[in-house]
Amino acid sequence: MDGLTEGLTPAVQRAPGGWQIATVSSIRTETPTVKSFRLDVPMWMQHLPGQHYDVRLTAPDGYRAQRSYSIASSPLDEGSIELTIDRLADGEVSPYFHDVVVEGDQVEVRGPFASYFVWHGEEPVLLVGGGSGVVPLMAMLRHRRRTMPDLPMRLVYSVRTASDVIYADELGDDAVVTYTREPPDGWGGHTGRIDAGLIEAAGIEGHATAFVCGSNGFVESAGALLLGIGFAPERVRTERFGPTGF
Amino acid sequence: MGGFISRGFQRRRQVPEELADRIPPGQYLEQGFPVLTAGPTPNVDTGAWRFRIDGMVDRPQEWTWGEFNALPQDTIPCDIHCVTKWSKLGTSFGGVSLDTLLDGVGTRGDHTMAMSYGGYTTNVALADLTGGKAWVVTEHEGDPLPREHGGPARLLVPHLYFWKSAKWVAGLRVMDHDEPGFWESNGYHNRGDPWKEERYWTD
Repeated sequence: MDGLTEGLTPAVQRAPGGWQIATVSSIRTETPTVKSFRLDVPMWMQHLPGQHYDVRLTAPDGYRAQRSYSIASSPLDEGSIELTIDRLADGEVSPYFHDVVVEGDQVEVRGPFASYFVWHGEEPVLLVGGGSGVVPLMAMLRHRRRTMPDLPMRLVYSVRTASDVIYADELGDDAVVTYTREPPDGWGGHTGRIDAGLIEAAGIEGHATAFVCGSNGFVESAGALLLGIGFAPERVRTERFGPTGF
Repeated sequence: MGGFISRGFQRRRQVPEELADRIPPGQYLEQGFPVLTAGPTPNVDTGAWRFRIDGMVDRPQEWTWGEFNALPQDTIPCDIHCVTKWSKLGTSFGGVSLDTLLDGVGTRGDHTMAMSYGGYTTNVALADLTGGKAWVVTEHEGDPLPREHGGPARLLVPHLYFWKSAKWVAGLRVMDHDEPGFWESNGYHNRGDPWKEERYWTD
């Protein structure tokens, strides 16, 4: 339509499954406020890296709360998904997962949901994550490591302190971390907010597709930075979480 | 999936009784104003801004920023509901009613596609835009609409999920048939009534 829709390639069109009861098979503590939950999903459907599931909790009085969580696992993990959940102190669903859920518990889930924020195999790829915004990016990184390890994909990951690093033992040569508040002792790498130098250090050049995920403020500044250093707007996909506070 | 109870789950957020019936099923009360956008925030200069109505119409119309702001302006108190589960109650916007904008255009179709700077599209039935139900807004709670929330101008269709309220709106195309827009092609419901919980294709 007058070129206005150029660049907005739809995701694979797939209707989501209905609500189903998944079983928590394992729980891993990532950081003091973040845990990963492996869910066995009986009516499992293969997702695309970047997609999310909805989770629904029901209280005995019928009260329900729903939230959406990004899938952290590769679509090659048949029959299960991993959701990585940041505990929000004033939240209603994330504290339940952190404080109540144990292995063997059941939770109602629905998904995966179609999205614009999915990796279809484009290359090269730059992933830019802030805090728990790294979760859908990790699905992309994990999937690429298993399917196309030579495909150029780099993660630039901004965290506040050393104890905030999610998936710390999985960050290899394909990830660059910067600490915005307090780097670990003896850290010789990057500190401070993501800047052009850090993007350059990631070594992804040319007509890269970028996926940016984090808080609204993080995505605003990282998105503007990428446009400023020459990324095409139609190749910068964003996902934000959290209120903006106005 | 009737009957399923989440072991050990209890309501943590108490919604004031007088507000409870303003929150659609599956939604929660949000005090802030979250941002949801598929790409980076476009920078739309009001000097170059136009709002256009075309397609199946007798007389296509186009307004510059100055012309648009000279139209009769409404203040619209409303509740808004995002498909990502948050609802914001008791907010307000300022802008021009679609009834005003469509007056004299002479529509020859019952469907529309809203189109935005940056490429976003969303389809809305004409019946959901007329009769005091939709606006093109340039203010939020008395201030110019921030860029990240769709400024300089966005569509406002508060009775549908908020993805229908296209940010950075550039125009409206009237059509004699229905077509899915961006999210509607990507798994989201064609109409999006929050009170019927029309979130996804199969709802």
